Amino acid sequence: MIPFKMVEGRAYPLGLQNIDTDVIIGARHLKTIQRAGLGRHAFETLRAEPGNVFDSVEFAGAPILIAGDNFGCGSSREHAAWALADMGVRAVIAPTFSDIFSGNAFKNGILTVELPQAAIDRLLEVARELPLTVDLETMTVTSPLQDRFGFELDPFRRECLLGGLDEIALTLAGEAAIGAYELRTGI
Amino acid sequence: MLRVSDVPRTLYEKIWDAHVVERRSDGTCLIYIDRHLVHEVTSPQAFEGLRVAGRKVRRPDLTLAVADHNLPTTARVDAAGRRLPIADPASAEQLAALEANVAEFAVPYIEATADRQGIVHVVGPEQGFTLPGTTVVCGDSHTAAHGALGALAFGIGTSEVEHVLATQTLLLKPSKTLEVRVDGRLGFGVGPKDLILAIIGRLGTAGGTGYVIEYRGSTFAEMSVEGRLTVANMSIEAGARSGLFAPDEKTIAYLKGRPMAPQGEAWDAAVERWKALATDEGARFDRSLVLDASEIAPTVTWGTSPEDVAPIDGVIPDPESFADPAKRAAAQKSLDYMGLFAGQRLEDVAVEHIFIGSCTNSRIEDLRQAADVVRGRKISNGIKQALVVPGSGLVKRQAEAEGLDRIFTEAGFEWREPGCSMCLAMNPDKVPPKERCASTSNRNFVGRQGPGSRTHLVSPAMAAAAAVTGRLADVRELVR
Repeated sequence: MIPFKMVEGRAYPLGLQNIDTDVIIGARHLKTIQRAGLGRHAFETLRAEPGNVFDSVEFAGAPILIAGDNFGCGSSREHAAWALADMGVRAVIAPTFSDIFSGNAFKNGILTVELPQAAIDRLLEVARELPLTVDLETMTVTSPLQDRFGFELDPFRRECLLGGLDEIALTLAGEAAIGAYELRTGI
Repeated sequence: MLRVSDVPRTLYEKIWDAHVVERRSDGTCLIYIDRHLVHEVTSPQAFEGLRVAGRKVRRPDLTLAVADHNLPTTARVDAAGRRLPIADPASAEQLAALEANVAEFAVPYIEATADRQGIVHVVGPEQGFTLPGTTVVCGDSHTAAHGALGALAFGIGTSEVEHVLATQTLLLKPSKTLEVRVDGRLGFGVGPKDLILAIIGRLGTAGGTGYVIEYRGSTFAEMSVEGRLTVANMSIEAGARSGLFAPDEKTIAYLKGRPMAPQGEAWDAAVERWKALATDEGARFDRSLVLDASEIAPTVTWGTSPEDVAPIDGVIPDPESFADPAKRAAAQKSLDYMGLFAGQRLEDVAVEHIFIGSCTNSRIEDLRQAADVVRGRKISNGIKQALVVPGSGLVKRQAEAEGLDRIFTEAGFEWREPGCSMCLAMNPDKVPPKERCASTSNRNFVGRQGPGSRTHLVSPAMAAAAAVTGRLADVRELVR
């Protein structure tokens, strides 16, 4: 996993709630057997709308996305996280995320930041004009206008993200416990 | 001293406790996974990851692979029994990748042309691969379905698929528990699908996030295992990764004699263990939702989120009636996409497509319920395509033995081969832009059944009613 310490840059001010993973990446693009290359198909239905934030020159390559409640609901497709990573998005800020999506994002080095709706509303406004900074070491989202919002994250996820740790290697390091469980339960 | 076994526990807590391999100081647990279902869409990158790292599949014997998402539902073999090629090169490549991977890693595999082939969530219970008290995962969010048998079952992403293949475990934090209690009898013409849609309407699509649901009460106790599979399946549409039913006599009768279920003495011992799984008297849930079954009507969705539900005899709500401004904007956007307006009677909404299938509603009871409405009738002139896609080859064969296929085809339906089909339109089965489908599937998301498609989620009986009337219709009026 690519380590995550801090990300600074423009943020797509999307704001919509219930963005499902079908909207992030449509099922017809799931026929790939690779992880790379999905970014150009991300948010296709939203990109069909004139004046959308994803096709705005101003936000091109933005590393942050700000969304509404329940981001990433629906299908478990990790392709949604791969598409965001392929677009260059490293952090998503929203009031809440679906459980499966936040897990998938984390495993691809994408930080999901939960902030209250009032903070989201403020950041959506600021992001139209200015860049934001998401810092995992200080656990804050800040703006050049002195906005500063603290967030929380599961300590284990934080440790993995900061260190860019490979979860499978971590688990396999404790493989003896798995063998012992299998012996104990007879599975 | 209070022993652990004296503390009343929920069904979820019992399964969780029995699967903890290691507990970290921060509360994260390494959880053993008993059953892993693998399909063609979310596994290729996981197998590639194993290859790159030089890792093996730890327990191929606890893994079962079957293709379902991508397969065309047209004939798979020619008259001589030879396998027909898949026209879409990307779909063909994904199937070929699965077949190469299961061969390389020695994973048990059900061939695309086998009778046992079907949608993973139909195959697991049908084969007795899914058992009460087990942990079941699959790279698919509707894995929640297996909770109908009392298994802790949940969808995972591809990185987790790789983690399970390599270690047979997952690193997880315990969930909170949500009791959904429903008592009483469902009304005439009202089924498990209507009930779960109504529950999602109450909870909202994020209401169950962070929770595992346990479905309790007399309505669920009376419900068949196939009905429970429909309910548990859609737990994820309320945000809950898993939905559980305590195993009971119905569960045991359903599993007895299934090919992969225990046999003989092992069966007797397993049944004893399963009977001890039910939530203890006095165990506490973090939250409860209580509903009265008699208040549920046949239910349909009107918007682009599964929480957008209304009774069939109702009208489309006015977005202005929602207090939350974000919800108001979302509802208006949904209605624009769906080509509908506030105050419109749902029974006046004409449909052009019918889809009976998906992991939610493609089992034999679903097909019987739809056939009961269709019998002796024809699909309406306004219907462009009506598909019945059985959940597995075995369901298909059973339906044919009962003559259900003829009831459907004589009415004008197409009778297809098993797969996910028009639920997510990865294969050639799609709803064209701006056309409307009454669908027994689980998601009415924007573009889900094809770019620009408009989906109304309904029960199998209600899909049949829509087929014969050409509009969303109250099945109670048709079979009265």
